[in-house]
Amino acid sequence: MHENLRRLTLIGALAVLAGWPAAAGDTSARQLIAQFAAEAGTQPSAARGKALFMGTHTGGKPETPSCTTCHTRNLKAAGQTRAGKAIEPMAPSVNPARYTDSAKVAKWFRRNCKSVLGRECTAAEKADILAWLSSL
Amino acid sequence: MRNPVRNMLMAVPLLMFGPGAPASADERMPVVTDALTKAECGACHMAYQPGFLPARSWKTIMATLDNHFGEDASLDEADRAQIEAYLVANAADRNGRTGWMLRGLGQNDYILRISEMPWWVREHNHEVSQRAWDRAGSKANCTACHRRAEQGWFDDD
Repeated sequence: MHENLRRLTLIGALAVLAGWPAAAGDTSARQLIAQFAAEAGTQPSAARGKALFMGTHTGGKPETPSCTTCHTRNLKAAGQTRAGKAIEPMAPSVNPARYTDSAKVAKWFRRNCKSVLGRECTAAEKADILAWLSSL
Repeated sequence: MRNPVRNMLMAVPLLMFGPGAPASADERMPVVTDALTKAECGACHMAYQPGFLPARSWKTIMATLDNHFGEDASLDEADRAQIEAYLVANAADRNGRTGWMLRGLGQNDYILRISEMPWWVREHNHEVSQRAWDRAGSKANCTACHRRAEQGWFDDD
C-alpha cells in the first residue's frame, strides 16, 4: 500500500517535472521538427515548407485558399484574421514565443491545415513548414 | 476552472442576481468572465458577450466548430463543452428572458451571426458609413468602431 502510494507520488512528481500535460514553454521548434521528421521518416525541407505555406490551394475552404490569407507573406509582421484581429508574427526572430507550446502548435496545425488544404497536414509537411518558419 | 459542474454551480448566483442583457443599446453588456471562453473565442475575433445570442444559437455554433463561418475552429471536447455551458448559461434568453435583443426573432430562427440579429441590423444599417465599414473590414470586428466593446460598451457610435 505504502509502496504504491510512493510510486504514485513519484509518477506525479515526474509528470509535473516533464510538464505534462503539455503547457506553454514545453517544447521548441527544433524539438518539434525532430519529432515530426522522425514520425514521417523524412528529412525536413525548409524549401518545401515555404512552397506549401506560400502556395495557393484548392482543397480547403474557399475563404482561406492559402496560409498567407491571414498570415500574409511578411511573416515578421503581424497578420490579420478574417474577423479583423491581429495575429502575432510567425517568425521566432521577432516573436520568440512561437513554437514553444506543443498543444498550441498541434491545435493550429489541425485547424489551419483543414481550413486551407481540407485535410490535416502530414508529419512530413509539419516538419517542412516548421523548418522554414523557424528559420525566419 | 475546467470542471464543468463547478463552473455551473458558480454560475448559479449569476443567474439569480447577475445583470441581464442591457435594457437598451446604450447600457453596458455584461462582459465575458470565463477565462477559457475569452482565450479560445478571442484568439480569432473579439470574444463576443454571450448575451448577444439566444442559447439555441450558441449550441448550434458550438456543435459546428469544424466549419465556423468558413474556418476550422475545432476544440478538444472538454474545452468545447465548458465554453458551450458558459455561453448557454449567459445567453440572451437565459431563464426565459425576453427583451429588445430578441425582438423580431422567431422561436425557430437559428441565427448564427450576431450581425444578422434583427436588432443588430436595425442599429447598424442606416447609421454606419461605407468608410466605417471599409475600415472595420468585417462586421465581426466590433472593436474597429466600438473601442470599448470588450468591456461591454457599445454606445460610442
